[in-house]
Amino acid sequence: MADQIDLLQEQVQHARNNNRKLNIVGGGTKAFMGRTADPDADTLSLGEHTGIVEYHPVELVLTVRAGTSLAEIEAVLAEQGQCLHFEPPHFGEASTIGGTLACNLSGPSRPWAGSVRDQVLGVRLLNGKGEHSRFGGQVMKNVAGYDVSRLQAGAMGTLGVITEISMKVMPKPAATLTLVQDMPMEEAVGYMNRRAGEPKPVSGACWVEGKVYLKLSGARSAVEATAEQWQGSIMEDGEQFWRQLQDMRHAFFADMDTPLWRFSVGSAATLPVMEGQWMMDWAGAQRWYRGEAELSDLEPIARASGGQVSLFRGGDRAGEVMHSQPEALKIIQRRVKQSFDPDGLFNPGRLYSWL
Amino acid sequence: MMSKAKANKAQLAELFRSFIEPEFVITDDETLKPYECDGLAMYRELPLIVVLPETVEQVQRVMRICHEHEVPVVARGAGTGLSAGAMPHKEGVVLSLAKFNRVLDIDPLRRTARLQPGVRNLAISEQAAPYGLYYGPDPSSQIACTIGGNVAENAGGVHCLKYGLTVNNLLSAEVITAEGERVTLGSDGLDSCGMDLLALLTGSEGLLGVVTEVTVKLLPIPEVARVIMAGFDSIEKAGDAVGGVINHGIIPGGLEMMDSQAIIAADDFCGAGYPREAKALLLCEVDGTEEEVSEHIAEAEALFRELGATSIRTSKNEQERALLWKGRKSAFPAVGRISPDYYCMDGTIPRRHLAKVLLEMEKMSEEFGLRIANVFHAGDGNLHPLILFDANVPGEFERTEAFGSKILELCVAVGGCITGEHGVGVEKIRQMAVQFNDQELQQFHDVKAAFDPLGILNPGKGVPSLKFCQEYRSLEHKQHRHEQAGAHHG
Repeated sequence: MADQIDLLQEQVQHARNNNRKLNIVGGGTKAFMGRTADPDADTLSLGEHTGIVEYHPVELVLTVRAGTSLAEIEAVLAEQGQCLHFEPPHFGEASTIGGTLACNLSGPSRPWAGSVRDQVLGVRLLNGKGEHSRFGGQVMKNVAGYDVSRLQAGAMGTLGVITEISMKVMPKPAATLTLVQDMPMEEAVGYMNRRAGEPKPVSGACWVEGKVYLKLSGARSAVEATAEQWQGSIMEDGEQFWRQLQDMRHAFFADMDTPLWRFSVGSAATLPVMEGQWMMDWAGAQRWYRGEAELSDLEPIARASGGQVSLFRGGDRAGEVMHSQPEALKIIQRRVKQSFDPDGLFNPGRLYSWL
Repeated sequence: MMSKAKANKAQLAELFRSFIEPEFVITDDETLKPYECDGLAMYRELPLIVVLPETVEQVQRVMRICHEHEVPVVARGAGTGLSAGAMPHKEGVVLSLAKFNRVLDIDPLRRTARLQPGVRNLAISEQAAPYGLYYGPDPSSQIACTIGGNVAENAGGVHCLKYGLTVNNLLSAEVITAEGERVTLGSDGLDSCGMDLLALLTGSEGLLGVVTEVTVKLLPIPEVARVIMAGFDSIEKAGDAVGGVINHGIIPGGLEMMDSQAIIAADDFCGAGYPREAKALLLCEVDGTEEEVSEHIAEAEALFRELGATSIRTSKNEQERALLWKGRKSAFPAVGRISPDYYCMDGTIPRRHLAKVLLEMEKMSEEFGLRIANVFHAGDGNLHPLILFDANVPGEFERTEAFGSKILELCVAVGGCITGEHGVGVEKIRQMAVQFNDQELQQFHDVKAAFDPLGILNPGKGVPSLKFCQEYRSLEHKQHRHEQAGAHHG
């Protein structure tokens, strides 16, 4: 447990004074994400900036230093019967909460429990001028000032160094159960969405390898009653299945050589079936496609489905990996970046080549 | 620096009338009058012009003209805001979005609604109801307030502890920027690439852009909802009961508290059968499937008894549930009957400080010689103390404002914030200097400049100038020293 803010601040000042760039690294488990890190930049490590700053279970609020591992956080919460409701993926023991927020990563429960971005209440941020500021807070509702905290979700560290995060935590569901049934992909989209529209305790809906999986969680009586009413057989090792999906350790993700694309689209959208392998999570709102393709070819498909596509893993990471932005939004994002990091110190080009 | 292209009122009106029906370009004082304030009527200003465009292209043209001539623009929905966020600028244009009131599309399978900004909050749920769906965030003004305003204020309500705020229920927003560009933030997917500008826009009080279309998530209507009304003989016990139920692993659909002043006023008003002798009343609603609700209601009832509830009543049907809520929902007008005027505050605190803050406010109430009634979202720590006053008594409103400031500062002192759901607007701009330091406020100004380099969108609201803050802080400091000196001499 260590507060390294002075050291971090010093490193930022040093980079600023010496015209150096910085690659922000926590546990280093998400190096494969985004565009390739600038090889000329220095490493700014948050690996030692760890520890729980404040945790009051009755408030449902946790405040931690950004370098704290997800494993440590989840262990502390579990002692109080609580959890991170958004089920963050662990890409290894070292995965941190700061990286999870910067990359906006959430697990299978995301459509029901909200994302990491949704659970954030406040952050402390070290900007490109070396100033350490506090935005948001530790309360559920706070509309004073702009929501700089949630702005960090998915910005991939381009706006500053997230040093501390306050977030909403939730009670662990009393019971969990998984229903599984065979179903072709074309049917599964409608089926998952119809189920998600019923007032039942659904907390996961995915389709992979010809089967649809529905997770139910909540009060035991409610979970059991719903399982009785719905089709599908109860899966023995359901929790393990979802855990593998959450951490992307499911067999679908095993092939690391072929590019892995992520479509974030309208949940009920019908996408053309291209050659390659598909998986649908989030009741259809998150679709994984593994296959050789060009971003420029996939973008129109994503757009037609009301969403966006990104190259999640593998492929050409020197080119753009995120869905392109219209000119007007590029301008605003460049200006926002400038407002936090005027000298462009942090993670240059990691999100987009032009940022 | 003012642009050379600055136009006067008549010239501007003429420019607008070239593409907006002349009767919807308002310039005469009498017709401008209804626009001079929002729900916080203490702050008033007549705008230069009010325009009511009908199409997004018209909104875009209004913005382009205003940008070219550096004319302030204040976007306005139903005007139910409670922090003077939609108070006009005297040299500016009020851009009313009242004509944008259509539900464009409801997609029952995908569970989304595409809306124009002027659609009323409650109308979304009404239109979604035939599909078994509803819209989660339910501000108390939901019968009148619009979704565009909800986005501007990041509106909340009773459901927020469980179902989140506006920001958690939005998928995308079409926005006209200060420079007149039409952009979409977010998408039909649950997240988008790049910076989360949608999060930044939500709750930005009309300072970053004008919302012209919104897509929101809809939720399945719960099978059943039941409410427990529990009376307590002390505020501390009620506060402990709030923590108790959450600690037990139950997240209520709504968890509201009223103090004795509010209980009696509300009960007189609607005869809900509240325990009039109670010092604090909790309304705890549990929603979900039949099984879940039965299980949780039984657990919560037992817990409240254990924690010292002096009376407990649980709704047996929808009619009774509605009656128990009616008192809470009409608490503001009910309080209005026992006082000529009231002023609603909106601070948020960590729940564990509830009793301490309420007792401290009681003390302040005596010091200021003004009564307060408390009706609030206990589940998420969002307090709404109502300060009762009489505007006809000289100096009483000033005293009310001073009392209100002290309450907000108390919220910050215990780790909370100055506004949970009403926004900063003009009303709380002084207290921004208490919650944020100059460095943080400067960052807000820089973010604003990224969207609106000329500063024409809702100027003077939300984020105070640094000079103003320094003056405010130094004044506070002087007063504090003065009070200390007084105490020593007294």
